[in-house]
Amino acid sequence: MRSWLFFATALSIGAVVFALALLLRSDYLFFAGYVVLQFVVLATAWNILGGYCGYVNFGSAAFFAIGVYTSVALTKLGANPARYLPEFLVNVFKPLLPLPIPALQLIAGMLAGIVGLGMGYLTLRLRGVFFAIATLAMAVVLQTLIINWDFVGGSRGAYIVRPSNAWLGPFSIGYIEYLFLLMLVLAVIVLTVARLIERSRLGYGFASIRDDELAAEACGVPTLRLKLMATTISGAFMGMAGAPFPYYIGYVEPAATFGLPYAVNSIAMPMIGGTTSWLGPLIGAILLGSLQQIATVTISSAVNLLIVGVLLVGFVVIAPKGIIGLVEDWRQARAKP
Amino acid sequence: MTGPLLEIEAVGKRFGGFVALEGIDLSVAQGERLGLIGPNGSGKSTLVNCICGTLNNDAGTVRFEGRSLNGLAANQRTHLGLARSFQLPRPFMSLSLADNLRIPLIYAVRRRSLLLHSPQELDARCLELLRMVGLERKARRLPRDLTQVEMRKLELVRAMAAEPKLLIADEVMAGLSHSEIEDIIALLLRLNEQGISIILIEHIMRAVMSFSQRIAVLVSGRKIADGKPAEVVNNPSVVSAYLGQ
Repeated sequence: MRSWLFFATALSIGAVVFALALLLRSDYLFFAGYVVLQFVVLATAWNILGGYCGYVNFGSAAFFAIGVYTSVALTKLGANPARYLPEFLVNVFKPLLPLPIPALQLIAGMLAGIVGLGMGYLTLRLRGVFFAIATLAMAVVLQTLIINWDFVGGSRGAYIVRPSNAWLGPFSIGYIEYLFLLMLVLAVIVLTVARLIERSRLGYGFASIRDDELAAEACGVPTLRLKLMATTISGAFMGMAGAPFPYYIGYVEPAATFGLPYAVNSIAMPMIGGTTSWLGPLIGAILLGSLQQIATVTISSAVNLLIVGVLLVGFVVIAPKGIIGLVEDWRQARAKP
Repeated sequence: MTGPLLEIEAVGKRFGGFVALEGIDLSVAQGERLGLIGPNGSGKSTLVNCICGTLNNDAGTVRFEGRSLNGLAANQRTHLGLARSFQLPRPFMSLSLADNLRIPLIYAVRRRSLLLHSPQELDARCLELLRMVGLERKARRLPRDLTQVEMRKLELVRAMAAEPKLLIADEVMAGLSHSEIEDIIALLLRLNEQGISIILIEHIMRAVMSFSQRIAVLVSGRKIADGKPAEVVNNPSVVSAYLGQ
């Protein structure tokens, strides 16, 4: 299937999901669905670097937080530009402010992409556990910076007042429905990009890096350039996933934004679904995300990480190639005489 | 081009206090078949790594078609027309055999040629290459399904897929049967007839002697002989150092 057709199909499926959710008239569906979609984006973005290239990033929360705090900073700036900007800039930016969330997502994506590029450049020579530790260290450094940055609330955190509704042309919809829709579109875009990468020249290059970097270089693969592309694309999408979050949650603070659940889920979801295909993170995110949402309302949100941990250990031991790998092995076994 | 295709001048490489290569001078002419021999640990693979950019030489210069390769990354050297097979096969384990060949075809050949743009053309070229080493029936299989011997063939054919001007075959015949060695030699000779220069690193002397137009001998990181096969084999220092007589 061609990429544009895939995009159109995925968008149509998304539209049907959105229409069904609207019909059910349940705000909870949108709240829970937003989180699941957010994890679809995070898991797919993580997989571009971790699954396709084999570079395990433990710093997903940092990229997500870049998106979150870009929104916080720009929203605060937009609320009172005269206080924070020089006069000549106020006149330039006033007609544009406050920025709509899609614009915040684009800016957050660019910033997180630049940080991803920088991280890739600084960790060029690192692989395996050393790369993972470096990404973790980057998250700690960024968290420290945010804690000490008063403009975005520092360790106190920051409040964002969510409007009650949003306008889509002539139609007015609830703000949570609007956020759900934005995340749905972003999920469709990131899945299309991941699938496009997988089937392109870039995907073959990434796979060769994952399997054997030395052999890839000997085959003419510019491994350095490709790794930088992977860290940039992956970081950018994680940042974009974080940008609407302050409007969803209403209050953000560093300990939660840089929290373990984002890093762990971003890794666990592709690992459980399967890392070699765009479908793996999607399956993993829907499965784990839904399970966590169900656990939150039936037991407690405290068991969320327990569920992830138990499933991750189980899959690593029993099916290290994830659900996709299990299905592929089963199909291959059937095909052999 | 009138000068040699590959020119190595006073190349040296150290690992801490250990001198792996010292003052190596070597050249390979366009279309030449060079045998590179030496006991284990003599520096053959280190020299190959310095030529191909896997390692940076500490001293001296490596030139390819008159251009210095010092400081160029391995992938850039492959783009210029240098390709190597690894002594221990390093296939891309998650990719099928055809896709293993697709990597150099996409990243090395497509850069130099306007051909091979459609997936069908790439598929056809992959199959053609696999046919050369008798692996076309396993084109869709993964390397884990191959025997060690087939793995070596895949390693060689992947280097060939980059369509190099100079191919460095590092112990591609280890473990092969007599008839398979003959097949590989015939394959390398056919490539050479197309104008590709070949450096053959091998311990199987029969193969080196029948294939090479010239042989260079390394011992303890130094070149001790360089000449026609008959001359080198009768060289007293080679006999004492390499053949152990």
